[in-house]
Amino acid sequence: MDELERAVVNRLQGGFPLVERPFAAAAQELGTDQATLIAKVQDMLAAGTLTRFGPMYDVERMGGAFTLCAMRVPLADFERVAALVNAHPEVAHNYARAHEFNLWFVVAAAAGAQIAPLIAAIEAETGYPVLELPREQEYFIELRLVA
Amino acid sequence: MNATDAGIVRATQAGLPLVPEPWRAVAESVGITQAQLFARVAAMLADGRIRRIGAVPNHYRLGYTANGMSVWDVADDAVDALGAQVGALAFVTHCYRRPRRLPQWRYNLFAMVHGRGRAEADAHVEEIRALLAPALRAHDVLYSTRILKKTGLRLA
Repeated sequence: MDELERAVVNRLQGGFPLVERPFAAAAQELGTDQATLIAKVQDMLAAGTLTRFGPMYDVERMGGAFTLCAMRVPLADFERVAALVNAHPEVAHNYARAHEFNLWFVVAAAAGAQIAPLIAAIEAETGYPVLELPREQEYFIELRLVA
Repeated sequence: MNATDAGIVRATQAGLPLVPEPWRAVAESVGITQAQLFARVAAMLADGRIRRIGAVPNHYRLGYTANGMSVWDVADDAVDALGAQVGALAFVTHCYRRPRRLPQWRYNLFAMVHGRGRAEADAHVEEIRALLAPALRAHDVLYSTRILKKTGLRLA
């Protein structure tokens, strides 16, 4: 990771400005120029160092619904179930985890009423029950991993 | 959420266009002026609908290869006070209280920890354990072994 990539990660996880030429403004902060910064962000997205560049929305404050789901899937059936779960556009994140509950995914929907039918559909398609674990309380979030 | 805000979300949830004037491009696609867009986005930042605007890094690519979801069975009357302390730890990126689902699931506090290697992550978990000890009944750590899907949330 070069100096500019490190600066993008460490100093540009928030605060991208609301101005006409935000890349130029951010580039000046980071000691580079607009074209170099745009090219760098493109490269980092293409390489997978960044998953996204833009506004990060809070689903619940947007009026949507958000929940964490877990499934206990036999290893022999894991790929089939993961593909069925991933096929739903409402499934935003899905991770394999080393545990008896080995499939963990986040469901985001525009309205809370959409969550239950979606989970029922996943249970019907896969043949396995889904453990739904909605967040009841959030304790501070400031995602600031350093590079 | 009004139709304009919904349009802005649709136009930006996968990311901003990587051009010199990205906000102008978004405003044009939504059918509003850039000044109107600035006002709407500023309002969404102010009321928390937008958490922040910028780069969303991939933990793994930053060297944070050990990404553990630590889960804790904490006494109900202590979980909020202790959860706030866990959430304030610098290495914890997300911390939530969630319902127990007995008998399959006993854990009511979740904290995501990230380490450059399992040893670093385990040390973080140990720090949380010490903090929770007075009210702690059981805990576990679920390390991710594979990202199966990771997309921006689709809201609108």
